Amino acid sequence: MTLATSDTGEAHARRQAWIDRAERFGLLIAWAAVIIVFGLLRPDTFLSWANLSTILGSQAVLVVVTLGLIIPLTAGDYDLSIASVLTLSAMLVAVLNVWVGLPIVAAILLALLAGIAVGVINGFFVIYFRIHSLIVTLGMGTFIHGLTLWFSDTQTISGVSIGLVRAVIITRVLGIPLAFYYALILALVIWYVFSYTAIGQRLLFVGRGREVARLSGINVDRMRWGCLVVSAFLGAVAGVIYAGTIGAADPNSGLTYLLPAFAAAFLGATSIQPGRFNPIGSVIAVYFLVTGITGLSILGVSTFVQDLFYGGALIVAVTLSQIVRGREERLN
Amino acid sequence: MDAAIAADPGAGQDPVPVLRIAGLSKHFGGAQALANVGLTVARGEVHGLLGQNGSGKSTLIKVLSGFHEPDPGAQLWVNGVEVALPIPPGAFRSLGISFVHQHLALVPSLTVLENLMIGDLAVEGRWRLDWRGETARARDLFARYGLAIDPRMPVERLSSVQRALLAIVRAFDQLRRSRAPAPLLILDEPTPFLPASDVEHLFALIRTIVAEGASVIFVSHDIDEVRAITDRATVLRDGRVAGTVVTREVGKDDIVRLIVGRVVDLEAMRPPRRSLGTPTITIAGLSGGIVDDFSLSLATGEVVGLTGLIGSGYDSVIGMIYGAEETRRGTLAIDGAIHDLAAMTPARAIALGAVFVPGDRSRGAIPTLAVRDNISLPVLGRGLAGLAVNHRRLARRADGIGERYDIRPRDTGLPLGSLSGGNQQKAVLAKWFEVAPRLILLDEPTQGVDIGAREQVFNIIRAMCEKGAAVICASSDYEQLAALSDRVVVFSRGRVAVTLRGDAISKSAIAESCYRSAEPGMAETAA
Repeated sequence: MTLATSDTGEAHARRQAWIDRAERFGLLIAWAAVIIVFGLLRPDTFLSWANLSTILGSQAVLVVVTLGLIIPLTAGDYDLSIASVLTLSAMLVAVLNVWVGLPIVAAILLALLAGIAVGVINGFFVIYFRIHSLIVTLGMGTFIHGLTLWFSDTQTISGVSIGLVRAVIITRVLGIPLAFYYALILALVIWYVFSYTAIGQRLLFVGRGREVARLSGINVDRMRWGCLVVSAFLGAVAGVIYAGTIGAADPNSGLTYLLPAFAAAFLGATSIQPGRFNPIGSVIAVYFLVTGITGLSILGVSTFVQDLFYGGALIVAVTLSQIVRGREERLN
Repeated sequence: MDAAIAADPGAGQDPVPVLRIAGLSKHFGGAQALANVGLTVARGEVHGLLGQNGSGKSTLIKVLSGFHEPDPGAQLWVNGVEVALPIPPGAFRSLGISFVHQHLALVPSLTVLENLMIGDLAVEGRWRLDWRGETARARDLFARYGLAIDPRMPVERLSSVQRALLAIVRAFDQLRRSRAPAPLLILDEPTPFLPASDVEHLFALIRTIVAEGASVIFVSHDIDEVRAITDRATVLRDGRVAGTVVTREVGKDDIVRLIVGRVVDLEAMRPPRRSLGTPTITIAGLSGGIVDDFSLSLATGEVVGLTGLIGSGYDSVIGMIYGAEETRRGTLAIDGAIHDLAAMTPARAIALGAVFVPGDRSRGAIPTLAVRDNISLPVLGRGLAGLAVNHRRLARRADGIGERYDIRPRDTGLPLGSLSGGNQQKAVLAKWFEVAPRLILLDEPTQGVDIGAREQVFNIIRAMCEKGAAVICASSDYEQLAALSDRVVVFSRGRVAVTLRGDAISKSAIAESCYRSAEPGMAETAA
């Protein structure tokens, strides 16, 4: 009797271990599958190293935005203004460098400072007036977008210092632009902080149980505020990389990053560490989505597919994570 | 009283007690929650803290945990050193005091190990977490206290007793590592949701940590548990210390007497006997949550009280009848028509003539909306308003209701939240009673209602009975049940333990039944 129970128990545990593993690496496998499918359909264009390395390098901006998003998301807050901060920062670099004539380093520093300022203001309203971060950052995003349109005269500004362009996209290591490595290093840093520091653990508790966190002695308000500042800062970093990627800045394009970043953040939370916003999962999710879209455009599908793909992915990702949670509840 | 009841608790005990409180009082507005309370916990002692709801138990714990500031004059000594109240949040660890509250402060979706470490990580900035080492340390810790828990498992996969054990081990381990000379654990009702067999695991753990030098304050409703685990126990009644006893020297009856106090004659408050008609509403085989196979028949105009200790399940019955809580099975028969309770929804219940007044007023009304809007909600779209809401007519109706229910101040345009608790409750009752219900489901109808308004609330409920409604009232306020009920059903671990009828109903009889009902083999009694 006891033997039988422990046998089925063991079988059950083995099956559970397989399910866990499949879940952790499911997205990675799906990414590989997408590459294989498009590779078979368009072996010469899609599978070329030039194409793959371009995908890796050009999407560094989206990776950084996604990484910025998962920090407040882990703490239970949304930052919808991050894409507008990206545009603000890119435009500031361009305006200060090209129109005002500041050296590129000074322009970058000012752009990053502007990002931090936006984060401080977001946090101020969220913490002091207890307004939901969704609302604060929604308003803030539109506000600074207006600000950006105003100081840039709604113009696309090209001619950003070639030094920046070189540091971001022209210089390649192993054939891949430096931008990719910047994003990768950032992901690794966040991964370390999330997984191996006290701050990462505090963040997790702030997001999952504010009351538990407070009773454990965590300064919940300071953590949440800090997260909003870091996400805005990373939005500004993404803006700098954006300006470096195309050597110019235009006052609208940053906004197209918001939805893909959310889709990638939630999709990433279904893999590597399922149920948690995690940087490695996020990076994989970004490249999974981008590979899909690049493949479709090589097949000659119209551009509206991009919206279908990103919008659909966001809903599918959130649904998947809901199913994961529901299954865990049923296990009890 | 008894010889075993020491006049001055702590006198002649360990010269340096772990904790000594003297002259602790606490007022909330005009109400005195604690009056000159004293408490002494000796080193290595398990000290029980007992009392009914409202006896001041939780206020005492909240003063100790720094949540409430006591009235001036209260004194506290920890290990013989006087400490100012309230204790600031950061000081507990250095004082060697740790709390385990009923909700345990665990995040279910995170792992055991993460929950174990968060207390340290909240105060220590560590930049290199050694997960392997911490896992091994957690395994050692669990092995030492006989817990079969995998540190990597999410807390939500643990059983309730494992969660409680984890919370206690976590608290004690923190104290032990902070090298507190005399650690004190305050366990605030850690057992109400545990089955009896699991409580023994918890006690084994408490004995182990006491053997390792800890002292424990064990707050509980359950006399048997207090008798099983504590060395001494302090009983609070009406905010005062009713007595401190050496547990093994007194019987259960002595403790019950201390908790309940002298029998108060409540007959004066009770309405005159009424002859009740034949049953018209029948609930049969209701099961869900901890509640198992509950059946009840009600006559028109009858008030049935449901009660029991926390965790006995009495408080979820009315929500299940109304379709507001998950129900496994059961039927509701009104006038011969039988309805499946597993498929019940609030909308269907309302259509059948049932209304539900939740105890938590935030579930029953919206404080930021006007009294008038709250009262009008059930009649919107019921002919009265139709498609276009006639606000003037609704306001007139609401004003009339305010007059009849004596809702003060007489301005139904005021936000509900600006009224006193009693007047808010009158408005909430009016909101539902004005739709002429057949079956009224009440949950703690006078919680947070002052004494004067209480009598009015009782009268409103009685008036509804006279109009032919049947009432089921879930409450842990025995005085209120004694004043209202024709029958009181006492629950224990999800089943009916005792039913009190007619003259057998009194505050002390209900309290006694609740505290005794944990005993096995309690037969149904009737008067």
